[in-house]
Amino acid sequence: MTRTTVIIGGGVAGMTAASRLADLGEQVILLEREEQVGGHLRNWDRLFPNRRPGYEVLNYLTEELGSKVDIRCLQTVTTIFSGERDFQLQLASGKSLRCDALLLATGFDLFDARRKEEYGYAIYDNVITSAELEELFRSGAPITTRQGKVPKRVGFVHCVGSRDEKAGNLYCSKVCCVTGVKQAIEIKELFPEAEVFGFYMDLRMFDRHFEEMYYEAQQKWDINFLRGRVSECAENQDQSIVLKIEDTLTSRPLKMTVDLLVLLVGFVPSPETLRLAAMLDLPVGEDRFLEPADEHTKSTLTVKPGVFLAGAVKGPFSISNAIADAGTAALQIHAYLKTL
Amino acid sequence: MKEFGYTVHKERLIDYDRNDKRVLNHLKKHEPSVLTCIACGSCTATCSAGQLVDFNIRLVQTLLRRGEIEPLKKEVRKCMLCGKCILICPRGVNMRNLILAIQTAIDKLQ
Repeated sequence: MTRTTVIIGGGVAGMTAASRLADLGEQVILLEREEQVGGHLRNWDRLFPNRRPGYEVLNYLTEELGSKVDIRCLQTVTTIFSGERDFQLQLASGKSLRCDALLLATGFDLFDARRKEEYGYAIYDNVITSAELEELFRSGAPITTRQGKVPKRVGFVHCVGSRDEKAGNLYCSKVCCVTGVKQAIEIKELFPEAEVFGFYMDLRMFDRHFEEMYYEAQQKWDINFLRGRVSECAENQDQSIVLKIEDTLTSRPLKMTVDLLVLLVGFVPSPETLRLAAMLDLPVGEDRFLEPADEHTKSTLTVKPGVFLAGAVKGPFSISNAIADAGTAALQIHAYLKTL
Repeated sequence: MKEFGYTVHKERLIDYDRNDKRVLNHLKKHEPSVLTCIACGSCTATCSAGQLVDFNIRLVQTLLRRGEIEPLKKEVRKCMLCGKCILICPRGVNMRNLILAIQTAIDKLQ
């Protein structure tokens, strides 16, 4: 009998795991909720740290999938029945699927910036999220304030929805720091005359080339990093934003007007992931991301035989980390299937 | 005569929109290494003058960047130009030249 693996979620992790499993000779069905695979990667203009176009990675992953994987888009899993050694999936389309192994690669959602009302997102015209700025970069549309003005001063607020007990998220979202540095450089590229500020608490440049990028942001692009958490924003009559922050390096309150304020929104677990996890009785951490069988040694396995995890269902992940993780998951699934 | 116990306090707020960036602009030309400071404080910890008087050389670059000229004037006079901070700085900021260039820029303002 052919062994089948169903992967739920066709983002970076799901696509990679599907290709690797197919390479290993496994039969794979990749289920995607949207019209196309690609997940959040489809919304990126350029990627950190080298600012290569996002579509290069997307095209690579898509080409790799080729025809060796059965990709089914616009699919939602309604119910999962766990059998003795297999799983039965009921889809919203009315169809059902049987599989021997199941990989959850349903990813994450972005933090809803409206929940941090003090920053004025969806209240003031010129407060936008990092995802919206990325979308603007990608569309190639001119970047202006909502009133059509070229921005003279742009601020980036770090840790929006992350490291914040009030938002219910104690964890660090890892990639917003480097995204903020990347986007700040891109604003300076477009507007060399503009003053650009990053309002941060720590800059967590955790991966290779990130610190160098931060150095470049300071040294080459004259981007200012001001340590402190923005405490409140208000809109001026001309729709610019006046913000208040403690300049923690001088221990004094500071007031500044910016034309555009960008909120670096973090990761939150997607409701879809939690729904599927509940159906499979998978343990969920205090941060509401899914728990692998062992954080260090079995990071793509779960306590439930035959159910595997890859990528941002387990917390914030960069693209390169998600690709590496998905490769590991594929090997673990392959090893599991051989024992059946 | 003091009838009430009230005094007018000078505002502590740093108003970034109004502050004077002329000294900073001079420094960007004459000692651009100041841009790379990460405010780690190793300069202050090793500072010879700072062991004896209330002097924080890390704060000098912060005040400079905020355009806080008045406190900056007072601070730069406290440096003994010994150069220990240059040896310790992980970003290679030339602090001695920073102090001298700030002094030059301040003199120019007057």
